[in-house]
Amino acid sequence: MSLNRRNFLASSAAFAGASMLPRIVMAADTIKLGSILDTSGIFDAYGKPMDMAARLAVDEINAAGGLLGKQVEVVAYDTQSDMALYSQYGQQLTRQDKVDVVHGGILSASREAIRQTMRKTKTPYFYNVLYEGGVCDRNIFINGVTPAQQVEALVPYAMGKSGKKVYILAADYNYGQITARWIQKFVADNGGETVGVDFFPLDVSDFGSTIAKIQSVGPDLVIAPLVGGAHLSFFRQWAAAGMKGRIPLASTTLGVGNEHKVLTPEEGNGIMVAYNYSQELDTPANNVFKDRWAAAYGDSDLIHEIAVSNYQGVMTWAEAVRQAESVDRDALISALESGLSIDGPAGKVTVDPRTHHAVLDVHIMEFENQGMKVIETLPQRQPIDTQAVCDLSANPDDNTQYEIEF
Amino acid sequence: MDLTVVILVEMLYAVASLILISAGLAVIFGMMKVINLAHGEFMMMGGYATITAVNLGVNIFMAMLIIAPIVVGLIGLVVERLVIRHLYGRLVDTMLATWGLSLFFIGLATMIFGNTTTGISTPIPGFAIGNYQINGYNFFIIVIAILLLIGMLAILKATRAGLIARGAMQRSDMAAALGYSPDRIYLATFFCGSALSGLAGAVLAPLVGLVPTSGGAYIAKAFITVIAGGPSLIAGLFSSAGFFGIVNQIFTFAISPVIGEVALLVAAVVLLRLLPQGITGKFFKGNF
Repeated sequence: MSLNRRNFLASSAAFAGASMLPRIVMAADTIKLGSILDTSGIFDAYGKPMDMAARLAVDEINAAGGLLGKQVEVVAYDTQSDMALYSQYGQQLTRQDKVDVVHGGILSASREAIRQTMRKTKTPYFYNVLYEGGVCDRNIFINGVTPAQQVEALVPYAMGKSGKKVYILAADYNYGQITARWIQKFVADNGGETVGVDFFPLDVSDFGSTIAKIQSVGPDLVIAPLVGGAHLSFFRQWAAAGMKGRIPLASTTLGVGNEHKVLTPEEGNGIMVAYNYSQELDTPANNVFKDRWAAAYGDSDLIHEIAVSNYQGVMTWAEAVRQAESVDRDALISALESGLSIDGPAGKVTVDPRTHHAVLDVHIMEFENQGMKVIETLPQRQPIDTQAVCDLSANPDDNTQYEIEF
Repeated sequence: MDLTVVILVEMLYAVASLILISAGLAVIFGMMKVINLAHGEFMMMGGYATITAVNLGVNIFMAMLIIAPIVVGLIGLVVERLVIRHLYGRLVDTMLATWGLSLFFIGLATMIFGNTTTGISTPIPGFAIGNYQINGYNFFIIVIAILLLIGMLAILKATRAGLIARGAMQRSDMAAALGYSPDRIYLATFFCGSALSGLAGAVLAPLVGLVPTSGGAYIAKAFITVIAGGPSLIAGLFSSAGFFGIVNQIFTFAISPVIGEVALLVAAVVLLRLLPQGITGKFFKGNF
């Protein structure tokens, strides 16, 4: 066969066309999951494991045959811990990539940066992080624990182990302020008394005077929703002053970024926390999850609370797609609002139809030798704070983040 | 009574930690007139040097007091040769250059150590004053700050090297005419300044959770202390750290830590309005 230019062009064009054809069909034949997380920059300690968790979930879904007979394709953007990039990539995901669902956002600011875009473009949005509560929007699903879920479980346990007089040290921004108010409420509800509340800007790292002040007040228990690297100093200085054995500590934040692995056993042991997840959770589901994670990424050290939330978020969405037999938004929301639940590594996760928040198992834990030992599991706690202000079945057009008043 | 003692110790500690975090800057900015915006990052690197050394099995005091200052001093040497020596006498340009350096060091530390909080625990146990438990490490910091001031005073006042350094900072042309190379004197002084910053970062490391961006927390306080101190190096450092430390702690104990920080900044503004040349621009003149 002689090969002249015309033949060559014709045949290669045909070949190219033919080889492109199945790919176009293929592309239309995947379900697109948009992921938007800070996998670099100052929040990467949170974002990287979340990204790993989402990919692990999608790999598992695909290995089991995908959804609706299609493979799930991840379209991921790294927002580099820059809030401005959230709105940009949020637009890109919804308008250009036209994804079927978006999972992601870490800080509350990042969630608020993309929430309206998702709502306008009718793209279902899953925010899988523990946060301050109160978001009421039919287009969003949230499966992290809210302050009331944690505090309701933690306060009675911690007070039972110590006493009635409680001192609160909180981070000085919306999360800390709101959480401190919930702690005060539950301390009062349990017959206790709040003897002091102090708020600290995120860059305060010297707690010497505070530790002296706490001693002059003499509480039975200190609850510390402190946030970030500078605030970690408190736990260190508390131990250095020899206060560890004298007044017990509890926290609603310590350990989310695996801080218990940074504190030495002498500094950390005995600190009481309450979360949805602990690596030390000895359940079949968690052991399988950790094995799969280790098989995919080498070891399971990086797994933390919000990585598991993200995994459970993707799994909840997948279950809803299966039940709805569609990725269409309204069908999906109906399926989710039917009281759907999944069994995740942290236990059963049920979607609360009225708030689109999650009913979760909350585990009370104590730090022990750089792990979080599970003391008690409180099954299926309701997001009572958001339930107090938000009812999407009565008011489906709501689009507010409520400040929860008492 | 016990509480008075505790408050007194906390005040001394606040003053001592201000002296520590400002000493390196006092040399680099106060003496050499280089606005070192990477000062906080020098401290951060001192912290990481300590933690790395301790994790490698070095004794913690050895790591804090010897290894960290030397490591950061050497980094300072490289920085001086590559960047700072081209910028002496150009105040604004040093600001831009060192700001870039600060970003570079944060990035570098993030690449090497990751963006997670690390730390070591304090080597000295807490002890009781009456009914109060107090951090024993506070006393270590107070002692280090006192030794540091005495050491700096002795070197600047009593040694020939100190005399030459002070002379070269005032009139480098004269120092050159007398046969001393200003280039090398500047290099050595920058080394000392960096080493002091490294020492401060190292000594404070056991008290904090260290991240690559930790330096940012120190930089404002360090500049305020040095500027408010005025032209005399050691008297200025001591008087302004003393003033701010006490103001900060009074308001911290009386009201809250946030008000304590605010009071420090307000005091700085008022002080600089009344004494634009700093405390030693008016008092303790002629001291070091």
